[in-house]
Amino acid sequence: MCAFISRGFKGRERTPDELAARLPPGQYVESGFPVLTAGPTPDVHTDTWRFRIDGMVAKQQEWTWEQFAQLPFETVPCDIHCVTKWSKLGTSFGGVSVDTLLPLAEPLGAYATIWSYGGYTTNLAIDDLTGGKAWVVTEHEGEALPRQHGGPARLLVPHLYFWKSAKWVAGLRVMDHNEPGFWEMNGYHIRGDPWKEQRYWSD
Amino acid sequence: MERLTPVEQRAPGRWQIGTVTSIKRETPRVKSFRIALPMWMEHLPGQHYDVRLSAPDGYQAERSYSIASSPLDRGEIELTIDRLEDGEVSPYFDDVVVEGDEVEVRGPFTSYFVWRGEHPVLLVGGGSGVVPLMAMMRHRRRTMPELPMRLVYSVRAAEDVIYADELGEDAVLTFTRAAPEGWDGHRGRIDETLVAQSATSLTSGIAFVCGSNGFVESATGLLLESGFEPQRIRTERFGPTGQP
Repeated sequence: MCAFISRGFKGRERTPDELAARLPPGQYVESGFPVLTAGPTPDVHTDTWRFRIDGMVAKQQEWTWEQFAQLPFETVPCDIHCVTKWSKLGTSFGGVSVDTLLPLAEPLGAYATIWSYGGYTTNLAIDDLTGGKAWVVTEHEGEALPRQHGGPARLLVPHLYFWKSAKWVAGLRVMDHNEPGFWEMNGYHIRGDPWKEQRYWSD
Repeated sequence: MERLTPVEQRAPGRWQIGTVTSIKRETPRVKSFRIALPMWMEHLPGQHYDVRLSAPDGYQAERSYSIASSPLDRGEIELTIDRLEDGEVSPYFDDVVVEGDEVEVRGPFTSYFVWRGEHPVLLVGGGSGVVPLMAMMRHRRRTMPELPMRLVYSVRAAEDVIYADELGEDAVLTFTRAAPEGWDGHRGRIDETLVAQSATSLTSGIAFVCGSNGFVESATGLLLESGFEPQRIRTERFGPTGQP
């Protein structure tokens, strides 16, 4: 497929096969956890934090931090893939599955806009949020989710590029159409499947 | 292969083979590469290109680099690349690439950290975070030189100043580790005084902040305290990773 060779490029030591198989095209392994945010880091406090499901639903839902903490908690081992090319393999988050949250609202649309404190939005199909694929997480590797990584709570959708895993998440609005969110309006792909390398609009 | 219309050929996103036409050493760690592109298209100051390196065995490495040039430089782009010792693309550019070499790139991409003529503009850069800001400076100097735009640029020492010969009265430098001999300007990290002196208005306009995450966190904190609203601060972060 690619005939072009970069003169004199050897690359670093190859990723071992068992890890290489977990690395989508164009990604490299990053051991840290880089921070990428389009604006200032919001300061969200758990005493005023709410998570709401609204829009095209039969029963709008809202949880306070205390109510949310009563919901079934899952630990989610996963690999995450950022569109800026780094992947973090073998990390884990903890939180509540969207499969626990969404049915309570009885969604009537096939899409969702996730919105965050600070104004960030991202769009997902309900199919990408359900079936054990998405969580609202409050912990990273056993610790409270740090503010710079979206604490107190962020969305986690590890099978898509990480900009879909909205930090400082505040709500899920069920929609009858797929409306581009913040990065999706600014050049990134509408769905963002790392295994298909869906980085930008034109991919 | 199907026939391509000119529009498709110019669409961002297609990988293309560019040719390095000139290389300028900016600092001991940083070089600027002028790259002529067969499918060049106009970019917005602040946008980036993806670069892909391919080894003979098929191994590839991709990274993104901000464009440093004005879109008025038709047919070519400038990428300024900071060598990261544990990187694999930036050391290749520093050690291997010479004028005349071909490099595979695609772009320009994303339209958030871009300047579309809003003003007044405060640019705040740390280290090689100055690169996309320089695209904005260069473009403004050539199109709207009267438009208020100021750059606050934080570097460790004199030898780390990128674009040293282009920093005029619209740029304010501060040295965080070692100022040059005889320097009577700012020293240390960016602070309230420097922000107040540099922003032509704290209550209108827009700020672009680019640098490491730590730099961006502290600089945006200062801007917020100075009266900038969060909606008027755009940030781009890179480099050393945050703690998990």
